[in-house]
Amino acid sequence: MDCDVVNNMNAATRRTKEDKKVLKKQQKASHTLLKHEGISTTPQPTKSLVVANGGLGNGVSREDLFAAVKQFGDVESLLMPPQKPYAFVTYRFEDGARKAHAQLNGQKLQSGENSVTFYLSYVDSAKHREEALVGFPEGLTLVEDFVSLEEEALLLAAVDWSTSNEAQKALKHRRVKHYGFEFRYDNNNVDKDKPLPAGLPDECLRVLQRCLQDGLINVLPDQLTVNQYESGQGIPPHVDTHSAFEDTILSLSLGAKAVMEFRHPDGRAVPVVLPERSLLVMKGESRYLWTHGITPRKFDLVPACEPDVGSNSGLTLSKRGTRTSFTFRKIRYEPCCCAFPSACDSQEGTSPYPSPSPSLPRCHADATLLEEEYVHRVYDAIASHFSRTRHTPWPQVCHFLSSLPPGSVLVDVGCGNGKYLGVNPQLITVGCDRSSALVQICAERGFQVFVSDALSVPLRTASCDACISIAVIHHFSTLKRRLAAVRELVRLLKPGGQALIYVWAYEQEYNKQKSKYLKDHDKQHNEEKSKDTPEESQESHEEPSVFITSHVERDVKDASKMTEGRLSVHTNRTAFNSQDLLVPWHLKGRKTHGEEESSGRFSSRGEPSPDLDSSMSSDTTNSPDSKCSPSDNLSQIPGGSSVPVFHRYYHVFQQGELEQLCTQATGIKVQHSYYDQGNWCVVLQKE
Amino acid sequence: MKLLTHNMLTSHVKGVTKGYPLLIKATEVKVNEVEFNPKFVCRMIPKLEWSALVQAADQLGHREDLPGELVPDYEKNEDFLKKVHRVLLEVEVIEGSLQCPESGREFPISKGIPNMLLNEDEA
Repeated sequence: MDCDVVNNMNAATRRTKEDKKVLKKQQKASHTLLKHEGISTTPQPTKSLVVANGGLGNGVSREDLFAAVKQFGDVESLLMPPQKPYAFVTYRFEDGARKAHAQLNGQKLQSGENSVTFYLSYVDSAKHREEALVGFPEGLTLVEDFVSLEEEALLLAAVDWSTSNEAQKALKHRRVKHYGFEFRYDNNNVDKDKPLPAGLPDECLRVLQRCLQDGLINVLPDQLTVNQYESGQGIPPHVDTHSAFEDTILSLSLGAKAVMEFRHPDGRAVPVVLPERSLLVMKGESRYLWTHGITPRKFDLVPACEPDVGSNSGLTLSKRGTRTSFTFRKIRYEPCCCAFPSACDSQEGTSPYPSPSPSLPRCHADATLLEEEYVHRVYDAIASHFSRTRHTPWPQVCHFLSSLPPGSVLVDVGCGNGKYLGVNPQLITVGCDRSSALVQICAERGFQVFVSDALSVPLRTASCDACISIAVIHHFSTLKRRLAAVRELVRLLKPGGQALIYVWAYEQEYNKQKSKYLKDHDKQHNEEKSKDTPEESQESHEEPSVFITSHVERDVKDASKMTEGRLSVHTNRTAFNSQDLLVPWHLKGRKTHGEEESSGRFSSRGEPSPDLDSSMSSDTTNSPDSKCSPSDNLSQIPGGSSVPVFHRYYHVFQQGELEQLCTQATGIKVQHSYYDQGNWCVVLQKE
Repeated sequence: MKLLTHNMLTSHVKGVTKGYPLLIKATEVKVNEVEFNPKFVCRMIPKLEWSALVQAADQLGHREDLPGELVPDYEKNEDFLKKVHRVLLEVEVIEGSLQCPESGREFPISKGIPNMLLNEDEA
C-alpha cells in the first residue's frame, strides 16, 4: 500500500490561518454534499463521518482509504458509493470518529498518482446510509436501525408459530404466516373478500405509525406476511403480484441479516444487504419491475467494492442466522396500471379486467383499427412531448439529404416534427404525416406540410426526386401494408429517384455493439445524456418501483411473452423478445424539461431519447397540448405523480427483412443497405 | 399552403382518374415576403406543372400578368423570376379548402395545413 498520510498539523487549539482555511473548505464540502447529494451533516459528533474527496470517484482506493481511517479506531464499516467523490466511514465507537475528524480533516492523501485533501463531517448514521444507496434499483430505500432491539424482540415474540392454522404454512424453503389476508401460492394472489380472523398484530402498529410519520407510506398496510428463513433457506426471485397489492411494500428484517438480490429484466443485478432491524421500502420500479429473492445459502459473500453495487461494503463473509421478515402490504382493489406492463398481471390480459393489450391483426379491418388506436391516436396525444425529444437529425440521414442535387424535390413521408425538412435548404421539400398535431408543429416552424396517410400520399406520380421514410413503416401491422407503404414511395419517385427508408431493428445489438437505445439504459444511471438520439426509440421507465418479499414466483420474462396471440408489451431499453409489440411511451406532461433536469433525474427516468421519429399518425384534431384523450391505451400510475403511459405498436425488422420487403415492390432496386444505431436502412432507386 | 405545394398535390380518392389540379377555395390568403433567390426559382420551374400554377394564382387573384405559357430563356429574366417567386413562395392559403376536380371531394385547409386524409371507403 502506497498510502501516505502526511501529518502536517498538530491538534493545536489556536486557529492558525491554515486551520481557518481547512474549516472553510470543510464547510463548503458539507454544503456541497447537502446540496448535490442530499447528505446532511451534523456538527455533533457521531460514529459516522462522510469523507469528502475520499471517494472512488476521486480515484481513492478502498485499501488506501481504509489504511488512512483505521488508525483512529475500530472501523465498523467503510462505504464507498460508486463514482462518488466521497465515502462514509462508521467507527465502532464515537471516539474513533472524533479522532479521525480531528486529525484527518484537511489532510492530504497520496493514493497512487492522485493527491486529494480530505474534509470530514459527522453524519447521522441511519440517515446517511439511506442517502448513500447509490446504484440501488429506482424506488428502493433501506433504512437501517428502523426498530430498536426491544422492538425487535417484541415483534419476534408476537409471532406464534405453535398454533397451526390455514394461514400458516411450512413451505419448502421457509416458514410463512399471514395476517389480515392470506396470500395464496396457488394463484399468487389474495382472496380480497375473505379477510383472516386475525388482523395485524398490535405490536406492529407502533412501527407502522412511524412509517406513516416518516412519509414512507401514505396509508396503513392491511396485510402482513411473516417469513422465517433458517440459515441455508431462501426465496426464489419474484415480483409481488401487481394486482394483489398497492405500490409501496415494506419489509422489516429481524433476527439476522441477509442479502437480497434484485434483478432487472435487462440482466442487471444488485445485491442489497439487509441488516437486522432494517426496513426495506420498495416502491415504483423496484416494486413493479425488478425481481427480488434470497439465494439459499449458509454464508453471504458481501461485496467489497464492486463498482455497480451501492451496498454496504467492507464485509466479506457473513454467516447467516435465522432471519424473520415482516412484509407489510396494502391490498389493491383496483387493477394495477403501473408503468411496467411487461411485469404487470393487470395489464397482460390474464386479469378479469379489461386489458390494453390487443392481438396481432388477422384482417385488414383489424390492422387499421390497431394502427388507429396504437399509432395514430398515440402520436396525436404525445406530439408535443415527442417533438421535444427529437431535435437532432441523424447523421446518415443528413448525409443522404446533402448528397441530393440542389433543386431536387424531396418528400418526407412521415415527417414527424419536421426535423429533416430544413436540413438541406437547397432542396424543395414538403412533408406529410398522419398526425395532425405533429404536422402543426412543422407548420409552425415554417415548413410546407400536409396531413395524409403513408399508404395514400396525395402527390402526383413521379413528381419527386427523392423520398425519405424514417421510422414509419415499422408502424404498419401487416406485411401487406408494409409493402403498400414501400410501393407508395416508389410511385412518388421519378425514374432514377431515390428513397431512403429507416425502420427499427429487432437486433438492438449488432456486430457486438449495443445500440444507443440499449446503451442509454446503462448511461441513464450515471449521467445526463443528450435528449435526442436519433432514431427510434423512446424512453424508458419512469419512477421506480418496488418492493419486497414473498411470493409470487412469477417469471417476469414469461409475462412479457405473447400469450394467445396478444401483443407483448416491451420493456423500454431492453432487447426485443418479439417482432410485433407494444412500446410504452411515458408522457412527461406539464413539467418543463428544466424542472426535470434540475431534479437530476431527467435522464434516469428514461426520457426518450430517441426518436422514433414519427410515423404517420393521427387523424384529426387533437391539439398537441391536449392531455391525451381517454382511451384504454392510457394508463395512469397510481398515487401522486400520475404519468400517462401510451403504447405504440411496432413491427421491428429482422436483418434482411427490409431488403426483402423492398424487392417485392417492383420497379426499384436496392442500392445500399446498412445498420444504423438499432435501425435497418435501405437506399432504393427507381428504375 | 404555398402554391409550390399545391402544384404537387393531387386528389387520391379511389376511382378518380383526373384529380389534378385541385381547385382552391380560399377564405384567407396571406402574402409573406420571402427572400428572393433567382437560382432556386430557376431550379424549381422545370419541376412545375406550369398551367396548374397559373390557374391556382388566378383563383387566388394573384396571377397579375403571369403568362399562360412558360417563357423561353427565363433563367435571365429576373422580372419573370420575381413574379414566379411571388406566386410560388410568397402567396399562402391559410384557410379554405382544396376540391377534387372529378369527384368534388373537398379537403379542408386550416392554419395553412391541408388535411388530405381519406375516409375508409374513399381510399
